[in-house]
Amino acid sequence: MAPLIKIRDLYFNRGDKVIFSGVDIDIYQGKVTAIMGPSGTGKTTLLKLIGGQLKPDRGTVEVDGQNVHKLSHSKLYELRKRMGMLFQSGALLTDLNVFENVAFPLREHSRLPESMIRDLVLMKLQAVGLRNARDMMPAELSGGMARRVALARAVTLDPMMIMYDEPFTGQDPISMGTLVNLIRRINDAMGLTSIIVSHDVAETTKIADEIYLLSGGKVIEKGDPDTLKTSGSEWVKQFLQGLPDGPVPFHYPGNDFKNDLLNSKETQ
Amino acid sequence: MNSKRSTEIMVGLFVAAGMAALFVLAMKVSNLGDITDEKGYEVVANFQNIGGLKPRSPVTMAGVRVGRVTSISLDPDTYDAKVTINIYPQYDNIPIDTSASVFTAGLLGEQYISLSPGADDFFLEDGDVIDLTQPAVVLEQVIGQFLYSTAEGE
Amino acid sequence: MIELLRSLGRWGQNTFQRLGRGHLFLVQMLAGIPSSVFRFSLVIQQLFYVGVLSILIILISGLFVGMVLGLQGYNTLVDFGAEESLGVLVSLSLVRELGPVVSALLFAGRAGSALTAEIGLMKSTEQLSGMEMMAVDPMRRIIAPRFLAGLISMPLLAAIFSAVGIFGAFLVGHGLLGVDDGAFWSQMQAKTDWYEDILNGVIKSIVFGFVVTWIALFEGYDASPTSEGVGRATTRTVVHSAFAILGLDFVLTALMFGDV
Repeated sequence: MAPLIKIRDLYFNRGDKVIFSGVDIDIYQGKVTAIMGPSGTGKTTLLKLIGGQLKPDRGTVEVDGQNVHKLSHSKLYELRKRMGMLFQSGALLTDLNVFENVAFPLREHSRLPESMIRDLVLMKLQAVGLRNARDMMPAELSGGMARRVALARAVTLDPMMIMYDEPFTGQDPISMGTLVNLIRRINDAMGLTSIIVSHDVAETTKIADEIYLLSGGKVIEKGDPDTLKTSGSEWVKQFLQGLPDGPVPFHYPGNDFKNDLLNSKETQ
Repeated sequence: MNSKRSTEIMVGLFVAAGMAALFVLAMKVSNLGDITDEKGYEVVANFQNIGGLKPRSPVTMAGVRVGRVTSISLDPDTYDAKVTINIYPQYDNIPIDTSASVFTAGLLGEQYISLSPGADDFFLEDGDVIDLTQPAVVLEQVIGQFLYSTAEGE
Repeated sequence: MIELLRSLGRWGQNTFQRLGRGHLFLVQMLAGIPSSVFRFSLVIQQLFYVGVLSILIILISGLFVGMVLGLQGYNTLVDFGAEESLGVLVSLSLVRELGPVVSALLFAGRAGSALTAEIGLMKSTEQLSGMEMMAVDPMRRIIAPRFLAGLISMPLLAAIFSAVGIFGAFLVGHGLLGVDDGAFWSQMQAKTDWYEDILNGVIKSIVFGFVVTWIALFEGYDASPTSEGVGRATTRTVVHSAFAILGLDFVLTALMFGDV
């Protein structure tokens, strides 16, 4: 089976900083694929590259057989209607209430009658359990609720895939559990393809079918959660178990401590 | 959607207020009100010197405005200034031997054309020429003459 | 010395890059205008925020500027026995200069900074990005309606400013100082030309509206997505708008009224 998203030989720099140097990723239809790695490895950048908001320096990103960065403006926007994305902050429109936020894509892209929009929106809100919060403004929502509203909004157009940007960061255990559950359930119920970008090991391994570990601009390891847990790589072990020292040293690389103490010239 | 309605009403009021302000500026402040001058008939007057006369300068008779200067050009043969005047239609009984002078309102004010009526039985009509004209008084010349004559007198 | 040159070079590079981005932004914004004309309700909503909410400051400032002009003008003119010309003085200075310029400066402070803050905040909370991913072009949905609203509001606000200012000067001149009201209005009408003075003033204010709204929206769009970045962008909007307004005013005045 051909992958839904095919990334080949991806290079991307931000200023002088290398973000990706030769990344290959395949994401298959119907699966929950997690992209993991330490902070600053450009996981969010990867989602923006897939969504066509950034252009790579080299390499290709194909979504559903189309090269995202070769598409015209209007074709790209057509493709984006079939992509949902959940931003870390939720990215709800602050001047609209919950109902209008979820209705926003429908109002922009369809000419459905008001009654049908209402039904569709209530359906999506019911799925995330926030139907009764429809009159609240985004500022009144907790972080977890905002993310659930954003999830409802991301699926209003019935996309083929959803990208989650750090969905678990900064959540209390209850809303974390709710979200983990929701992501898996919505993926299976709607036949979606999900991409989760995260560094929360426990939650991600619970629901992912396939995990890619990124570090230093390269894919370090890939496979299903169980394979990764038994991986022989020291780095993978350190990351998955959260050890303070290992291949990624505790100390920022540089001068030796002893040398620094003896070398007092600098302070003069 | 009640707030939307009131927003629209406020915006409507705003645009109306802006338009009204422009209208006031046009009618009350500027001379646009006069541009709607009724088109009367045009006569031509040739002056040796018109001083600071400009198109749209007023034309008066006995202090009453009877028309406006429409255009000014130089007559290529006589080197006189050829001033075309629009006279309002209700003043259709201005004698043909009327004379025209360029005066200044006040010492430093705007220049205008003053008509002093003649006594002929025929009236000015469209395209007629006013023959009797008196050029603008140029202040420098007057002062020059004054100085000259004072010097001579001594 | 080398360091100084280097920082100068870096400053120049940044400035030119920003200029380039600003003009690219302008092109994209103008391209977004046709579609926002078809959804005029968005523009009306922005007219409320940009225009209606600026009226109060314009009314009050216009009235006081006019009253001060009346007072100062009278004191100067009365020495020459020309206090009847007060109307001309006030109307020409308001319609040609103060109306467009002062209302544009106030507009930059009131509406421009608000626009920058709003767009900057939308950017920093990923709302613009989110919209892009929902296949809604923020240029068309967010930026273009605001730009149109600014462009429409500015000349209207300037006209209101001038009209109120002339009224204020009349109040002071006639009511307080006893200038003959007939002379006040007739001298004003004789010397103020619709095309030369008023239309040129309107053209000025349209140009100012264009530039101020452009600067405000671009600064918001280009702000670094932090609260500090948005704050700095807001300040820049006001400062750059003021420069642009005053600089352009000189150029426009030279083109319109000067025989250069």
